[in-house]
This record gives sequence, structure tokens and C-alpha cells, in this order.
Amino acid sequence: MHGYRGQVLRVNLTTGQIKKETLDLQTAQKFIGGRGLGSYLLSKEIQPTVDALSPENKIFIVTGPLTGSPAPTPGRYMVVTKSPLTGTIACSNSGGFWGPELKNAGYDLIVLEGRAPKPMYLFIKDETVELRDATKYWGKLVSETTTQLLADVREPQARVLCIGPAGEKQSLIAAVMNDKCRAAGRSGVGGVMGSKNLKAIVVRGTGKVALAAPEKTKELLAILARKIKDNGVTGQGLPTYGTAVLVNIINEAGMYPTRNFQQSYFPTANKASGEALADEYLTKRVACFRCPIACGRECEVGEEKGEGPEYETLWAYSANCGVDKLDDVIRANNLCNEYGLDTISAGATIACAMELAEKGYIKPSEVNGPALKFGSSEAIIEWTRKMGAGEGLGAKLAQGSYRLAASYGVPELSMSVKKQELPAYDPRGAKGMALQYATSNRGGCHVRGYLISPEVLGLPEKIDRFATAGKATWAKAFQDLTAVIDSLGLCLFTSFALNADDYRDLLNAIVGVNWTKEEMFTAGERIWNLERVFNLAAGIKPEEDTLPKRLLHDPITEGGSKGHVAQLAEMLPAYYQERGWTPQGIPTKEKLAALAL
Amino acid sequence: MDVEVRLFATLRRGRFDRRPQPVADGCRLEELIRQLAIDPKEIAIRLVNGREAEIDHVLQPGDVVSLFPAVGGG
Ligand code: SF4
Repeated sequence: MHGYRGQVLRVNLTTGQIKKETLDLQTAQKFIGGRGLGSYLLSKEIQPTVDALSPENKIFIVTGPLTGSPAPTPGRYMVVTKSPLTGTIACSNSGGFWGPELKNAGYDLIVLEGRAPKPMYLFIKDETVELRDATKYWGKLVSETTTQLLADVREPQARVLCIGPAGEKQSLIAAVMNDKCRAAGRSGVGGVMGSKNLKAIVVRGTGKVALAAPEKTKELLAILARKIKDNGVTGQGLPTYGTAVLVNIINEAGMYPTRNFQQSYFPTANKASGEALADEYLTKRVACFRCPIACGRECEVGEEKGEGPEYETLWAYSANCGVDKLDDVIRANNLCNEYGLDTISAGATIACAMELAEKGYIKPSEVNGPALKFGSSEAIIEWTRKMGAGEGLGAKLAQGSYRLAASYGVPELSMSVKKQELPAYDPRGAKGMALQYATSNRGGCHVRGYLISPEVLGLPEKIDRFATAGKATWAKAFQDLTAVIDSLGLCLFTSFALNADDYRDLLNAIVGVNWTKEEMFTAGERIWNLERVFNLAAGIKPEEDTLPKRLLHDPITEGGSKGHVAQLAEMLPAYYQERGWTPQGIPTKEKLAALAL
Repeated sequence: MDVEVRLFATLRRGRFDRRPQPVADGCRLEELIRQLAIDPKEIAIRLVNGREAEIDHVLQPGDVVSLFPAVGGG
């Protein structure tokens, strides 16, 4: 088998039974792998209406056919499950080294079922697979868990995926962490792992991915390496400044959400920007497995050394909480990594709590810690810790901003879509992004169809960010291509330099299929529709394809996007039509049949 | 007249972060870029008062001009 390794590891945590199954190659190819294959299997194996934190939910940890291959940035694995935060399908994606190690061990995916009677971890070394007691690691932070496990299993080259205390406590915004600082961050997938009493998966693999056409692959890799190097973003911007290079551009364009989206321009953004990070804190660039871009940052602040913050994290804790002290933002990011929290949702939930306190909903008497005040460094650090540890009001925050705001009767103060916190772009200033946020299959998210690229960054071409016409077509194309890239097991950042033909060529050369570009896009569309069908069956209504009221009705008051709101009503019907769905947003029978679903 | 120029990322190297810049009345964006001795090929995004602007955009007193090289992230 080429690209794929051909084995599925099925682990029943309730009974302790471990089974090795053969990968169904035809199905794998139909859904590519990764996100697509995981979504298919989840849809097939669970009732979409199950309680996400019950033993009936399952977790699929899936690699793509290109994960672990010589393709550029092949470090990805995905955690596919039903999200306890949104109630939708969840697919959270992470880089680092863990995914390729799983492939090297001989497995394309792991299925986790049931709930272990006590804390366990899974140990994999090639054909050896064991469930082991994890009682001594339960309660430990991510770096300590990782270090101890590596020492205990006596496999220094093994890779560790684990949850932190936030996941153990089933926080709805808990992440699955790997290689200490990389996160499958979003949608509470760490909480689902916690609900299964599974602390970690340690993997060591000594095999490798076979290529269908090694010579062809080699030629192709040389061409793609040049493209990545010559591209301004992947060759210069990301390596030099990391993702945080976006802080200033998004701020100057007046779409940098500030103080829980109450403003969209943060006057002191430059103090906590990618430039400031590179000048004052960066000690080393960090790369995921076989990545020529190396956008990761190793940063030092005082005694602390950690990775990040990424752009989204930096925003969530700085502008969105009104804080411009970069060292404290770095500290908050390190805490998220240690407790295993999604940095976007964690920062955004603190920002929401700050607005709730500002408006008098959260009473000072409830606040068993630093005052929840915009601009408070102390608050972002201590409330992150309390969220991670589930202490007092922190436990409430760990359920995300929607449930927090709703508990005070004002859910509209949660800046979320389908209960998941929105990331670092005010969609009032980029209309296509508004449509993409509203229709994302996992709720508030920027990486389901990153329209910031054409709307603001001018890649692959510049389009008018304030126009609504044509955005439905852009949204669909970006969403479908992203589903492909995720499913292949590659990092989305390659898409700044590579185009659809490049991905198709990689897939053909490594897996040994002979797909046209159209067939590849159809696979992306198939995955998107599959996710949509799951969400509808889970009870998520098309009316939830919307945005917080503030973004729909209150125009931005200053800066480069002044006067604008998100004009969703103008774009949504065109989007449903573009997708071939009913005007109500339901995939038609004909559409599903055409996609062989 | 004066405009404010803000440079970002690699454009700052050997130059400055932000400063007021005297320009002639009716100065176009491309003339300002020439005056700053920046190779236009280095610039991927041009904003005037936070809005995307063409190179023949005529500047007004007090305009804020923000210039960026190719950047991306997410
Ligand atoms: S570009 Fe960044 S996130 Fe993507 S693979 Fe490379 S280092 Fe990892």
C-alpha cells in the first residue's frame, strides 16, 4: 500500500480490547484520509445525537496518506469526534512529530471507544500495543506528563500525545496536546479524551511510508521546495516573524477584534506583534516534521521557555483582553499549553467574562481571583490557570464563553458561532470571512476556509474585502480545497505557495491514484457535505449559520473598516445555491447522490 | 504637507517603524514609495487610512500610509 500504511488500531477502553483491522483502501481513497476518512467513520459508527462526553462517543485519531511522507509539511494528524462544545462534528488538527510517528508504527488511524474504568494510557511500538495504568500521570501538566512518560517507557525517540488537567476535568475548551507544545486545539476534543479516562498515547514507529512513484515524487518535491522558498509568505514572512506577523496588518485594516469585539482597532497592537516577538523574545525558530517553513517560535520570558504564541493566541490574550504586555501574553499561552486548553477559546472566554463584569453581570462577589478587567495582565494569567485547574468561577469559564454568557441571560455577549469562540479577524471588515465563519462545519473557526488570504493578504489574488458579490463562490472553493489539504495530512500554510494542481500531483505520485483536479475538489466537497449531514442529524439547525448580533448590527466605529457590518443575509442564499443545497441550507438528495454519499 | 508612514515586518529593516513624512501637495502613493527608497516589488499590501489603495492614489494631509511585504499566517 502506498501513502497509507493499511492498518487501523481499534481500542475499546471499557473492555481493554485492542484490535488491528485492515484499512479499507477504497473507502480511504474516497475520503482521502485524515479529516475526510475520520468524518466518514464517525458518521458511520456513532449516533450523531449522542452525548459527546458519554462512552458512546468515539474518537478517531487519523493521519492522512501524506502524513509522514516526504511531501512538504507532512506532520499532521486530526482528532475527529463529536464536539462537546458545539454539538457539531469536530476535527482538530495538529502538527509536530506525533502523526508521522504513528504512521511509522504502521497505523493510519486509531479508534477510541468506550470509557476506561481508571486513567490509562496507550503504548504503541510498531506491532506492540498495550493499554497501561496512567494513575500516576493523572493531574500532571503536559510537559511533566510528557517527560515522565518518555522516561518510564524507555523509548527516548517515542512521541507523546496527551491531555492536561483541563481535559481530565472535561473542559469543553480542552485541547489534545502533542510534542508538549503542539495542539489539536479546538472544539473541546481534549475534554472528550478526558471523558474516556485516556491520559496519553505514546508511540514509537520504525517503519516508513511507501511511495507509489518515488522518482516522480522526487522531481515534484524539488519543484515544490522552490515554490515554497520563493514565495514571500512561506519563504520569508512566516520563517522570520511566525504567524504573529498578522497582528499589524489586521489591526491597520481595522479588523483586529478588541475588548471582546467591542472595537476593531487596538492602538498599542505593535507592542504585542510578530515584530516585537521576533525582536525581544524569540530564541529559536521551530519546525514541525519535515517542514521547510518553520513558523514555530521558541520564546523565553524570565525563567519560562515555551513555544508560541501563534497569531490567534496572541490576539485572544492581548487585543481581545485589552492587554499589550507581550511577556504576560506569552505566560498565558504557556499556561494553556501546560493545562491543555485551546488558546483561542480560553483567551476569548476571559475577554467575554471581562465584558460581563464591565456590564455588571458578573458581580465582584463571584470573582474569587483578580478583577476581570480589560487590560489586566494579572487577570489573563490567573484566570487561565483557574480555568485549567477548574477552580471556582474558573470551572465555569472552562465551559466556554457561550455557556458563561448564557448563564447570565446574555448569550449574545459570547462572540461565538455554534458556541465556539471566533478567532482573530473581525468579519465586519472582510465579508467573505463572515460567510465562512457562519457556515463553518465546526462553528467559529478561521481554518475551514481562510478567506483572509484573498480578502486582505491578496493571495492568490486580491479581492475587495467589503464586497459581498462572488464571496459564496470563494467560500465554497476555499472550504473544499481546505478539506482536501487537511485530509492529505499537510499543513494548511503550504497553500500560500502551492496550488490545487500541486496537491493533486503529490497525491497522485505518493498514493498512486490518477486523479484530476476536479476529482480532488469533488472529494473536498464530499467531505464538506458529509460533515454538514452529520451536523443536521445531530440537531444543529441551519438557522445557526449566523453570527453574534453585534457583528450583524453594530457598525465598526473607527479605523480601516469603519461603518461596516457583516452582511450575512446578502450572501447566505447565494452560498446555499452554490453548494447545491435547498434554500433552507439542506443538502439535496441529488447533491448527495452526485457526491456518492 | 505631512503624511504618517508606518512600515511593517521586513520593510522596517534599516529603516524605521513609523514617522511623519513631508511630501509635495498632490503626491501619489508611488512617489512617496520612491521617496522612501523602497523597491515597489517589496511591497505587497498598501493601506491608506486602513483602506487598500492603488499606487496612483493621491495623498491628503495627515493620511496614514501603512506598507507591508508579503505576509500570511493564521
Ligand atoms: S508551517 Fe508552521 S505549523 Fe506548518 S508545518 Fe511548518 S512549522 Fe508546522
